Amino acid sequence: MAKAKKTPAILTKQMMFCPGCGHGLVLRLIAECLEELGQDKNVIFGIGVGCIGLAGNGLDADKFDALHGRSAAVCTAMKRVNPDTMIVSYQGDGDAYSIGLAETMNAAYRNENFTVIAVNNTNYGMTGGQMSTTTMPGQKTTTSTHGRNCDITGMPLRFPELVASQFPGVAYVARGTMTTPANVNKLKGYIKNAFEAQMNHEGYSIVEVLSPCPTNWGMTPLQSVERIEKELIPYYPLGEFKTREAK
Amino acid sequence: MGDMMKGNIAIAEAAVRAGARLYAGYPITPSTEIMEYLSDRMPEVGGVFIQAESEVAGINMVLGGAVCGVRSLTASSGPGMSLKQEGISCASDEELPLVVINVVRYGIGLGTLDSGQSDYHRGTRGGGNGDYRCIVLSPYSVQEAVELVGLAFELSEKYRMVAEIMTEAALGQMMEPCDLPEFKDATKMPGFIDGKHTNPRISPLYKNRIKEAGEIKAKYEEVKANEQRWQDGYLDDADYVFVAFGIPGRSTMGAIEQLRAEGHKVGFIRPITLWPFPEKAFEKVNPNVKGYITVETNALGQMVDDVALTVKRLRRADIPVYCLPYVLGVPAMQRIHDDFLTIEAGEMKEVY
Repeated sequence: MAKAKKTPAILTKQMMFCPGCGHGLVLRLIAECLEELGQDKNVIFGIGVGCIGLAGNGLDADKFDALHGRSAAVCTAMKRVNPDTMIVSYQGDGDAYSIGLAETMNAAYRNENFTVIAVNNTNYGMTGGQMSTTTMPGQKTTTSTHGRNCDITGMPLRFPELVASQFPGVAYVARGTMTTPANVNKLKGYIKNAFEAQMNHEGYSIVEVLSPCPTNWGMTPLQSVERIEKELIPYYPLGEFKTREAK
Repeated sequence: MGDMMKGNIAIAEAAVRAGARLYAGYPITPSTEIMEYLSDRMPEVGGVFIQAESEVAGINMVLGGAVCGVRSLTASSGPGMSLKQEGISCASDEELPLVVINVVRYGIGLGTLDSGQSDYHRGTRGGGNGDYRCIVLSPYSVQEAVELVGLAFELSEKYRMVAEIMTEAALGQMMEPCDLPEFKDATKMPGFIDGKHTNPRISPLYKNRIKEAGEIKAKYEEVKANEQRWQDGYLDDADYVFVAFGIPGRSTMGAIEQLRAEGHKVGFIRPITLWPFPEKAFEKVNPNVKGYITVETNALGQMVDDVALTVKRLRRADIPVYCLPYVLGVPAMQRIHDDFLTIEAGEMKEVY
């Protein structure tokens, strides 16, 4: 018999994301995982700046709206003073990987025991679609109007791969997406793994999510999903880059 | 009389005794001994010490501790304090109690390693974006520094404001006998986030900013009314009143003893709270005072603005306000003494 799914208790408020945006789904998965792990009343979110900031009002849970890029620093301290509380740093690619790269990377480097959920939509959504570190080669944005020229802007950053290869002590690193029901299920598994790693004090965990941004990509939601499948996944492969060690 | 202690170490130990259980920061001369000391001391008392990757990360870690109700502090100087301003502004917006130790070094940009008071304006006006104030306390001795650290945590918690100890390189690096305070409550402050959503916070995007502005203004007025602190002397009969804080304040008090012994009627006000500025002290001054003189270690004179505002608003617009900006270091008593004679002889122009 099919199980009836009800909205997690911490997700009862309205959020104001654009139609076709991936944030709603990511938050739903986060909330479901927390609830299933019995942690939905034992969690503090560090919320980044950007579209991600809109999540703050929708979450009926403890949270702190960090300054742009600083969520990993805030979460570092929140976890150190609350070692048994789940700490989730919810950030976008611009927040976590551009302005916050120092904080994000140093938290991974120190192997802080909290979880980063980094929603990568390959642009700065809130400010109207500027180029970010994850913008694809040739991708048109409002600050790369002829398409991203990687000769002068560098190649898109693959942060999970960087963490997994350079900081082998971290607990868990993965990248997922939401383009198909199968991918949604896998993504939920990644998020749950990350949370379990944190609950077991295994160390730093990060799950990057390739997420559609129809508004700034100038696409329909369906076209956006296709773009992720055809253009993003070949450059940003899905899967686990650091799996949890058997304890 | 207690043991000889270096200013920075005494401040660090006083913070632990005031109940601080999180330090995060980045090394910078002349403040570094504070974090060196706390790197060992915090774990000893069950607290958290984090060596941050930058001052920016450091202050944001302190925000993370404070929003969870842990008494938290950071320390820095010069350009490091500049980097902390975004976090101090954020903490002020979120009304988080936390303490920042600014061991001031003189100068703009990279500045110098010399003692100075060039951060007065920034400290007393807020320093980051937006319209806010921090409580700013300035000690003139190691003993007073220790006492003000306790007061900083107390006021910060009471008013939910950032409190800054504005000390200076000379005081941070010098040793004096010092009695340390007793240990205070180090359990978490009530009313902050605990993961159970018992104290929901309103996201900055959804605050009613008009309503909040009125509340913040009322709070600052309350702080101004209740928390002015200063030391004064010889104000009743003073022809000239010196205004100086910190170590230059101490030199000034020495110069005043010399000048009075020579028959000059001089008095002094040594602000201990730089914000709120101790306006009430000026009410005690001889109504026939001939002028005010600030002694400061910066290039342009900064506190002179507040003295002039206070004097001309509370007293008379025609009272001249002079400034002796000694740039950096610790002004010698003799120099203050000699420069006063120039002012008294009418050979120096007033600033206001």
